[in-house]
Amino acid sequence: MIRRETKVLVAKLGLNGHDRGAKVVARALKDAGLEVIYTGIRQTPEQVVEAALQEDVDVIGVSILSGAHIHHISRLMKLLDEKKASHIPVVVGGTIPLPDIPKLKSIGVKEVFLPGTPLTTIVEVVKKLADKKRRAEE
Amino acid sequence: MEHYMKLLVRALNNDKLALGKILTILETPSIESSRILKELISRSGKAHVIGVTGIPGSGKSTLISKIITAYRRRGLKVAVLAIDPTSPLSRGALMADRLRMQEHTIDPNVFIRSVASKGLKGGLSLAALGMIEAFDAAGYDKVIVETVGVGQADVDIMNIAHTIVVVTMPGVGDEIQALKAGVMEIGDIYVLNKSDKPEANQTLEHLSFALETGELGRKRLWKPKIVKTSAILGQGIEELVEVIEDHYEHITNSDEFKRKIKSRRRELLKLYVKYVIDTRVEETIDRLSDVVDKLIVESEDPYREIENLIIQNLKSV
Repeated sequence: MIRRETKVLVAKLGLNGHDRGAKVVARALKDAGLEVIYTGIRQTPEQVVEAALQEDVDVIGVSILSGAHIHHISRLMKLLDEKKASHIPVVVGGTIPLPDIPKLKSIGVKEVFLPGTPLTTIVEVVKKLADKKRRAEE
Repeated sequence: MEHYMKLLVRALNNDKLALGKILTILETPSIESSRILKELISRSGKAHVIGVTGIPGSGKSTLISKIITAYRRRGLKVAVLAIDPTSPLSRGALMADRLRMQEHTIDPNVFIRSVASKGLKGGLSLAALGMIEAFDAAGYDKVIVETVGVGQADVDIMNIAHTIVVVTMPGVGDEIQALKAGVMEIGDIYVLNKSDKPEANQTLEHLSFALETGELGRKRLWKPKIVKTSAILGQGIEELVEVIEDHYEHITNSDEFKRKIKSRRRELLKLYVKYVIDTRVEETIDRLSDVVDKLIVESEDPYREIENLIIQNLKSV
């Protein structure tokens, strides 16, 4: 069976308008041959989860620079669980203090990309997570 | 019951996760997708399919977001299929139509799905047609299909819509002449969006003139209408939705509504069979590449011989 391309959702959660990073990452994923849905700034966890379900994406990528990552991501993970969609891997990018990384991973975040992460690394990790999710589904 | 049939039952009962997955299966022809389509078609045939097309940057997505609001006020369920181009360089796609409609995402009676135009080999129309049947069967009253008005696939998809809305904007008046071949000439309703801009009236004149002289619009009983809107300011939206509803009434009063659904399904079946045969021909040629290569050089009539060879081997698949 021929499968469609890997599909990724890129979103920004909360009251934070700095979307340059998210756009650069979205562009890099597109250039790597992935299908990217960009939902833009000031999204709620509810909107991100709903969009991910309707688009049936393979990976959710969230960019946060506001410092509210623990609050928003906890809510996002809880909603994914409620909607029976916790099989969709979540990655987070942005200014995340080092001590918060284990906390994010403990609630189910697969990877955290800090400022300065090469785009090639992000693409590679996203592709790997998507492949893993798809294999599990088959 | 098989896995995908369980999914289908859930999808038809307002489970968005399940419908999202069904749409993915419909993106690629397979045994599963053909069985799902059969089930869908036995339940569909009620939805009003509205095609929205127009040049990039004319504000289609923002306009659709406002149309969704207007229909939700009327208590109707709305689905949107947003088709965005695939990069010819990387084969990837960056789809942001949804960005303008995100306010509707958590509304349980709205479903938005983005599709990259590449899909599978020439299969954009096939995937889109299948998804329309899915939204229809799932009980969405209005199915809005958004495309950039470029290329044959777009024209094909638009042609299956009950109502075709062509969106343009001020400042491209003279270009209407250049655009008219293609989607520009098939509209039932023409929208001059961004009409808060100063050149709006001039472009409106160009459009009206083109319509009056019969250069635009399908030549049917329905006389194409022009509506001025400013999606960002929310102006002209009610008027536009009323005109869309007038057209809906017009086609449901005749047999046009049912005729469109019939031709849509014929197209779906045709594309499906074409895809299956095409795939089998390609597989056969690949499998027999040695013989084919030899025939090209040695045969007196290579095309006929290869044709026969492939047809014989197809039957044995």
